[in-house]
Amino acid sequence: MKHIISPTDLTVSELRELLDLAEEIIRDPKKYSNICHGKKLATLFYEPSTRTRLSFEAAMLNLGGNVLGFSSADSSSAAKGESVADTIRVISHYADICAMRHPKEGAPLVASLYSSIPIINAGDGGHNHPTQTFTDLLTIKNLKGRLDCLTVGFCGDLKFGRTVHSLIGALSRYKNIKFVLISPEELMLPAYIREEVIEGNHIPYEEVRILEDVMPDLDILYMTRVQRERFFNEEDYIRLKDTYILDMKKMALAKPDMLVLHPLPRVNEIATEVDSDPRAVYFKQAQFGVYIRMALIMKLLEVV
Amino acid sequence: MLNISGLNQGIVIDHIKAGGAMKIYSYLNLENMDCSVAIIKNAKSNKMGKKDIIKIDGMLDDSDIDSLGALDHQITINIIEDGIIKEKKNPKLPEQVENIIICKNPRCITSVERSLPHVFKLTDRKNGTYRCIYCEQAFERR
Repeated sequence: MKHIISPTDLTVSELRELLDLAEEIIRDPKKYSNICHGKKLATLFYEPSTRTRLSFEAAMLNLGGNVLGFSSADSSSAAKGESVADTIRVISHYADICAMRHPKEGAPLVASLYSSIPIINAGDGGHNHPTQTFTDLLTIKNLKGRLDCLTVGFCGDLKFGRTVHSLIGALSRYKNIKFVLISPEELMLPAYIREEVIEGNHIPYEEVRILEDVMPDLDILYMTRVQRERFFNEEDYIRLKDTYILDMKKMALAKPDMLVLHPLPRVNEIATEVDSDPRAVYFKQAQFGVYIRMALIMKLLEVV
Repeated sequence: MLNISGLNQGIVIDHIKAGGAMKIYSYLNLENMDCSVAIIKNAKSNKMGKKDIIKIDGMLDDSDIDSLGALDHQITINIIEDGIIKEKKNPKLPEQVENIIICKNPRCITSVERSLPHVFKLTDRKNGTYRCIYCEQAFERR
């Protein structure tokens, strides 16, 4: 039995199979509309996340399966002090597969150590969020036609932004990738990711402060939100939250086929005027999120 | 002048990073050993500037010695017999250690679920880097 705790839990070839399956679903969703009939997905969300939870639930419902679960720690046995290990040992008897979000890093790994059903990490604190990474990869592959030979810019909170860390790790496995890291000094990419992942894989990169300077070079611009919940200090959050705002003036500097991705929710970092630009694909990305989760559930339940 | 007499039979743990002796003392449970233990802190060292040293008037298990590599990968273990150094060894770096080093990341699941074992994996042998298996935070030796 396989669990998905980190984006690198899938090899490049397993990932290719997953992306191929997702693209097959995009082409013919009806073909898979009943493939998980009789199966149940447990969504254990210890912190609120409407988007990811609904995306998982929509994915399972699209496959003809059922869902059960909770959407905050307050409404779960965690409020009574039950451990993750005990919770999952019980849930294993109720469901066939589980998606877990938890504010503490490593909680889904703990669950996987005690579970008799596949666990999907749906986000653990500032650590991993593999299905967001798979969504990002599917978006790039489907709309760009490739995952190699790309200059990818990451803009905003590169320090706490787990989607950034995971996507950098995932893209580092492809050829001719270049990273452009755009952030204020306080939110730069952690040194260990720069050293172990980027430099360790001999990937060219640059770190810059001004988005406009690099816009013309980018094939992909991955925007991120500065997340209030990752700060211990409110003052730092307020000072840094609006450092970068993508607007049409900046978009005018970009390549005509550059893509703007964002894991959502967006706050101020992308002006709403950008939404109607065909290069803004973040809402399409959310749709791809459902397809990739459908593919992942099918693979882990071994129904294909 | 500080004078600690030589050992006839025992172990000298040398080249401990300055300030690290008490962690090793505590890990090896030396307070419960029925022998004399001397701790020298901030000793001058040509190699390290300053260092800590522990002298134990008794023997340790090999497995205890090897686990010390996770706490401080630069230490040297001198086995003393009949007043002379019989053997010098550096602890091997174990692939994985459990409950030897503790994860200090407040965002890690181990910070709220106290019954979980603190498990660290060796991720970079050259630099002796250990990372928590749950949150992947590197263990920082001080």
